[in-house]
Amino acid sequence: MIKFIIKRLLMLIPVLLGISFIIFAIMSLTPGDPVRMKLGDGATEEEITAMRDEMGLNDPFLVQYVRYVKNALHGDFGKSYRNNVDVFGELMARFPNTLRLAVFGILISVLIGIPVGVISAVKQYSAADNIITILALLMTSLPSFWLGLMMILLFANKLHLLPATGVDTWKHFIMPSIAVAATTLATLIRMTRSTMLDVIRQDYVRTAKAKGASDRAIVFRHELRNALLPVITVIGVNFGSLLGGAMIAETVFAIPGLGSLMVASVRAKDTPMVMASVLFVAVAVGVINLIVDILYAYVDPRIKSQYGAHKASGRDRK
Amino acid sequence: MEQEARRKYKKKSKLKSVWIRFRRNKRALVGMVVLLMLILIAVFANFIVDYDVAISQVMKDRLQTPSAAHWFGTDHLGRDMFARIIYGTRTSLFVGILTIAVAVTFGTIIGAIAGYYGGAVDNILMRFVDVLMAIPSMLLAISVVAALGTGLVNIVIAMSVSQIPRFARIVRASIMSIKGQEFIEAAKAYGASDLRIISKYIIPNALGPIIVQATLTMGTMILTVSSLSFVGLGIQPPSPEWGTMLAEGKDQMRYFPHLVTIPGLAIIVAVLSLNMVGDGLRDALDPRLKN
Repeated sequence: MIKFIIKRLLMLIPVLLGISFIIFAIMSLTPGDPVRMKLGDGATEEEITAMRDEMGLNDPFLVQYVRYVKNALHGDFGKSYRNNVDVFGELMARFPNTLRLAVFGILISVLIGIPVGVISAVKQYSAADNIITILALLMTSLPSFWLGLMMILLFANKLHLLPATGVDTWKHFIMPSIAVAATTLATLIRMTRSTMLDVIRQDYVRTAKAKGASDRAIVFRHELRNALLPVITVIGVNFGSLLGGAMIAETVFAIPGLGSLMVASVRAKDTPMVMASVLFVAVAVGVINLIVDILYAYVDPRIKSQYGAHKASGRDRK
Repeated sequence: MEQEARRKYKKKSKLKSVWIRFRRNKRALVGMVVLLMLILIAVFANFIVDYDVAISQVMKDRLQTPSAAHWFGTDHLGRDMFARIIYGTRTSLFVGILTIAVAVTFGTIIGAIAGYYGGAVDNILMRFVDVLMAIPSMLLAISVVAALGTGLVNIVIAMSVSQIPRFARIVRASIMSIKGQEFIEAAKAYGASDLRIISKYIIPNALGPIIVQATLTMGTMILTVSSLSFVGLGIQPPSPEWGTMLAEGKDQMRYFPHLVTIPGLAIIVAVLSLNMVGDGLRDALDPRLKN
């Protein structure tokens, strides 16, 4: 198990190098000058050249990249081009907001999605099942930022129940969490329903029924436990994308998190900030994937025995 | 001659059986009818309403709620919302189709090469795909747009890059599963080239999953382009696009909710119809998946 974890963490290194190279190349080799943006239109050519020298932007691209990686390995992610703040400090200051949003979003999705999906499968073709599947389909089809806007209209502007923007109290997180949860929730319902339907037809479920197990025991002990495997993957993938992808929702609700930081930094050509936040998210996603794979072992003992083997990632065998 | 006839017959029957299964699915049929209507609206937009109406600013008519003269009301610049929604359909579908076409083409090429040749080629290509997949797609899209600038072509590039891995994986997986089968052996034995085997025998067999994924992804792409436009990195004003309309309307939504409800509903109708068709196609192509 330890060997497996170490191997997976080592596999993260080439991926991180690849990501950092791609993003660095996109940011460096394309038009747009961070120095000009920083100094404004009033700056003279000499000032700009001096500043470029100081920031090391006149070096060849590869030299810049290697220097960045070297510094990053020493824990130095540089200073923001935009406002000179320490990049790592800024990330750490903003990460809790994004993490909170992602955790709340996942909690809402799991606590509602799995039971609803189970009901939908157990009562297949009933009125409840029809309503649930249509609602889930609708939820996958709506833009989350639009859902956010609609909630602001109703709960903040009309009913004055919830604050529209900001992060001061837990109340501020209710609407954003629901907005980011919508897609995940819908995916979880659909996934739980279809895997449950799959499992319900298995022989061991028939055996359990034949030996006279109660409905409750069958659903929880025999069906749900086996149906959870692909569901866990969905939870992991979505948690990862919530950490990195809640950009639009964070912008709508004015949440100072990683997502809104990325949008603003990309637009300002703030390479150090973009690089660090992307790498941060990539590491987070990698770790989450690892946790998901370890969780598999607890849900499905069949997988545990394969951990020593070469192709150990649960994702590959889907 | 007889062989030719038999092959044609067989091909038709496969398509036919898919259609028969698809037809039985009411939800999929509704989705398809709506989708066809949207396509007709997109293609014949200029017969429905003049493009000028969608972008001409009539200040005396600004911020009107829906009425007989302006079915969907007007926005803060006095532009007719109905005309903008109609032309927005064209933009969204066009961007969606173009993105999918690019992603499918490159994904198929990468996936086919990786799956067919295997070994080191496969390893290198798939690690590259893994890296692309590890970058959040929205972030990749935003970086590419920020780097290349906004504009239709750049947006299509930005969005398709992050979708290539998905298609590469699907194609690779189906190639690996049929690579060892006898009809491939047979084709090799009578001397067919690699290119011919891939394009003639392997890709047609992977077509089902590709079409399903393409339909479902197109829905996602319409959502993505509206999100990009919403943060100002997508289709630029004054071009009518649903996400841009939402962005422009959100400041006044408190007093004029129609500015945000109507474009949002348009997005939902389009994405929903694509999802319904995609779900239906998936069930029809692979009845085993349907429960």
